[in-house]
Amino acid sequence: MPLGLLKYGLSKEHPAPRFFRDCTQPKKSYDAVIIGGGGHGLAAAYYLAKDYGITNVAVLEKGYIGGGNTGRNTTIVRSNYLTPEGVNFYDASVKMYEDLSEELDLNLFYSTRGHYTLAHTESAMRTMRWRAEVNKHVGVESRVVAPDEISQACPQLDIQCSGQAPIMGALYHAPGSVARHDAVAWGYAKEADRMGVEIFQMTEVTGIDVKSGKVVGVNTSKGYIETNRVLSAVAGFTPRITEMVDVETPIVIHPLQACVSEPMKPWLDTILVSGSLHVYVSQSSRGELVMGSSLDPYEMHSTRSSLDFVEGLTSHIVDMFPFLSNVKVVRQWAGMADLTPDFAPVMGKTPVDGFYLDAGWGTWGFKATPISGKTMAETIARDVAPDMIQPFRLSRFEDYELTGEKGAASVGH
Amino acid sequence: MKLLECPVNGVRPLSEFTYGGEYRDMPDPDTCSDKEWAAYVHYRAGAPGLKKEWWYHGPSGTWFIAERNTLTDKVSRTYIAGQEESK
Repeated sequence: MPLGLLKYGLSKEHPAPRFFRDCTQPKKSYDAVIIGGGGHGLAAAYYLAKDYGITNVAVLEKGYIGGGNTGRNTTIVRSNYLTPEGVNFYDASVKMYEDLSEELDLNLFYSTRGHYTLAHTESAMRTMRWRAEVNKHVGVESRVVAPDEISQACPQLDIQCSGQAPIMGALYHAPGSVARHDAVAWGYAKEADRMGVEIFQMTEVTGIDVKSGKVVGVNTSKGYIETNRVLSAVAGFTPRITEMVDVETPIVIHPLQACVSEPMKPWLDTILVSGSLHVYVSQSSRGELVMGSSLDPYEMHSTRSSLDFVEGLTSHIVDMFPFLSNVKVVRQWAGMADLTPDFAPVMGKTPVDGFYLDAGWGTWGFKATPISGKTMAETIARDVAPDMIQPFRLSRFEDYELTGEKGAASVGH
Repeated sequence: MKLLECPVNGVRPLSEFTYGGEYRDMPDPDTCSDKEWAAYVHYRAGAPGLKKEWWYHGPSGTWFIAERNTLTDKVSRTYIAGQEESK
């Protein structure tokens, strides 16, 4: 890479390199078709090619790559969850993220900041202790810290939260990080493309052809494609895809909103989360505060954002940081979160042969991008889901074996 | 501000209401299979479209049904459960 950069710098011409080929018309058939060109779908394509040599793969994206929830999240990567199954899974993801810039040969601006989940009540403190113990048991660096240690790490924080909800302590998770989310999608797209995967943007799947319980092809806005293996990695569009194959799921869609402030000089080098105040905030590498909140309160398939959301979120932000009262919000947006009743994803095989599901990513999908790509690639290649994602199988609901993951960002305690 | 029409109190700000989920018929627990019951407990019709939903008006303690399109967020009508015809 450094040599390439030097050559590029000394060259008289500076052509902007394309990250992936401009594919327009799909072939007649593929070994596997991936619906959804977000981080998860592109990562699955990458690991299918890299780990299993399956390169005759088409990724179909109805918009542009990384334009869905991959580009709408607040970019936090962490593994301080509550269930051992969840902690193991997300920890594997964090470890993959740490080396991902190197692997994809693209700077993902992966920045380890330390992550504080603030507790304002006794019951929240109890959950923090619980999470810390589960994390330590699984080998993940988390511990409960007292208010003075939080103040040291972030002196700008009003530890009394304007007297509204004094902070009693926090769960500190040293590996907590942020990354540039678009780059994750582009990086996977670039490397998957290099190995032969074809990426089709502006290509919508309109139907999935199932014959005697097996997938045989997909109908798209660019014609019919024969294939025996289809992965759905479409986040907020999951119910529309599962409806095409008559697969029942518990997934419902709620909008999740976020916003950024105007850029400031760097002052916040940690990630702060408060379940009780429904706030998570970090400062991006260009100085904006990236702020997120809880889910919108009712089902909706829309990415409209609302004034109610900004009012609610910023009032809590000002409780935490009174000096921000004059700072402007410059941009807000929404994503469609695909929620499950136990706050764990739905991954693996389905009752339809050859139809694989990577869904139920609600508010916790971005951090799982590498590991979900890797495990879904294994599921597609071997037609068996690896042990690591068995707790997330779709059939857990019929078996009443839910994975109660209360470490999700939007869950208050 | 978003508004919603309570069948008892008329048009009120949405902040006075709580969403209660989709209206669904419960299978008979004595006769249905375990699989049917699990589907009733967990599975949802997640695709967008016109749905019958439970809503609750907090200040007056009124539960009612709203018919709402989950794609456009347009509410076509609201009524007290069981009094659909009189409205």
